[in-house]
Amino acid sequence: MSFAVETTGLVKIFGDNRAVDGVDLQVPRGTVYGLLGPNGAGKTTVVRMLATLLRPDGGTARVFGHDVAKEPDAVRSRVSLTGQYASVDEDLTGTENLVLLARLLGHRRPAARARAAQLLEAFGLTEAATRQVKKYSGGMRRRIDIAASILNTPDLLFLDEPTTGLDPRSRNQVWEIIREVVAHGTTVLLTTQYLDEADRLAGRIAVIDHGKVIAEGTPGSLKASIGAGTVHVRLRDPGRRPEAVSLIAATLDTPVQLDSDPVALTAPAASAEQAARALGALAGAGILVDDFSLGQPSLDEVFLALTAQGAPA
Amino acid sequence: MTTLATVLTREERPRRPSALAASLTFGWRAILKIKHVPEQLFDVTAFPIIMTLMFTYLFGGALAGSTKEYLQYLLPGIMVTSVVMITMYTGVGLNTDIEKGVFDRFRTLPIWRPAALVGMIIGDVLRYVLAATTIMLVGLILGFRPAGGVVGVLAGIGLLVVFSFAFSWIWTMFGLLLRSEKSVMGVSMLVLFPLTFLSNVFVNPSTMPGWLQAFVKLNPITHLVAAVRFLMAGTPDAAETMWTLAASAVLLAVFGALTMRLYNRK
Repeated sequence: MSFAVETTGLVKIFGDNRAVDGVDLQVPRGTVYGLLGPNGAGKTTVVRMLATLLRPDGGTARVFGHDVAKEPDAVRSRVSLTGQYASVDEDLTGTENLVLLARLLGHRRPAARARAAQLLEAFGLTEAATRQVKKYSGGMRRRIDIAASILNTPDLLFLDEPTTGLDPRSRNQVWEIIREVVAHGTTVLLTTQYLDEADRLAGRIAVIDHGKVIAEGTPGSLKASIGAGTVHVRLRDPGRRPEAVSLIAATLDTPVQLDSDPVALTAPAASAEQAARALGALAGAGILVDDFSLGQPSLDEVFLALTAQGAPA
Repeated sequence: MTTLATVLTREERPRRPSALAASLTFGWRAILKIKHVPEQLFDVTAFPIIMTLMFTYLFGGALAGSTKEYLQYLLPGIMVTSVVMITMYTGVGLNTDIEKGVFDRFRTLPIWRPAALVGMIIGDVLRYVLAATTIMLVGLILGFRPAGGVVGVLAGIGLLVVFSFAFSWIWTMFGLLLRSEKSVMGVSMLVLFPLTFLSNVFVNPSTMPGWLQAFVKLNPITHLVAAVRFLMAGTPDAAETMWTLAASAVLLAVFGALTMRLYNRK
């Protein structure tokens, strides 16, 4: 009962395509959980089953302990869905959309109007309140969509690719909203194709490919499972690179990679101490360094490594 | 200043709306859509006017000796034909509407399941009333004189609207079943043309060959037209009215159930 979402062996078949092929998930309450994967991986299908829009063909899925197939109404009263495409009525205005949904959630007319006005203000849409949603920009559309999802603050919010197609500013606004929503106790299940987004927002991530979970864990543990950190060095003088390479290779006891950039090189480092020793060795030899950084492997590297493992040889 | 933090309160949630309240709210959505896209009323005003004028002047002289005399026979029938033909837009509308994401949201709300569809048809019922009223006004101008008076006319329109509401569920089923708006239109025409023309709308069935009379007698449109004619003439016929109401109940039960089955699976 302690999980917001728990699935075991979840399966959905479309024709002869196993869109979701045995997915096990455990989403802790009060966190952002990321479903990360490329287009067609099965992320949206998982979300649609959890939101009671599709019936699973196999396995079970529970939302706050309620089976999505057997008690759909109990699930529906706890969740909200913001789909990949606008889940508001484009012909209606912002106010009309929110009043409509507030009324459907059981608010009386005056309360519905007040709630709509409040949400429009909180989402910076007051000026667009009387405009049809089809005239909204992409960022405004996403915001009205999320506003519609929190008319009653849900216990679980599904966000299906909430930032796809948004400009960086709108994307940051959506991220801020997600952080705020989670800070108020709502669990968020987020699907995304952006590793960066999952890394920034999610407490845990499940990487999905071809309908299967190929890796699961915190962003940090996923990176760690691929390898330790990486040292990136940029030298002042390209002529001294061979010397730097042999020094670092000796200090870290690992092979050093030469970048196409003649002043740059990278090497895996097990810890920050090791990286510091490499830097010390360069300084001791009088090799000038323009830039030196120790980074974890990016989720891009993690994802590529994982999907390459999953792909048929 | 309202901030995001202030709107994210966990107040006690209101109780879920009743089936009727939810349906009426969706009906309000349909009216808002008419307000924003008033052009869609063209179907329910211009089309009925053209139908009435066309058939009155096309057949009147040949079939009844004069257009005015024919109109007394034709008007209730042409009203039924026009309104029943307009019902197909319910299916077309649903087919285009459901492709959009907003139905995903409706279907994840904890409300009475059929409310979204019932509300949509409530909006369409308003269109039926508008179309029937338009035809009645055109008829009165052209010389239609119903003996049943205001009460008879209102009862006739009422019965027609009840039947059309039930009949619309055929189109919601096709709207969910078929892939495109065009195929919904195609199927609608295929059903509606024989159903409305092979009836007692235009001519007295006694002149038809026996096999056709058999079909016409089974056709619910025939009974609806007869019932509406009797009501407007001030001589209500209980049998025809009951037949029509029973047909409405059967249509609603069968196609309503089929529609909901498809809606839940979509």
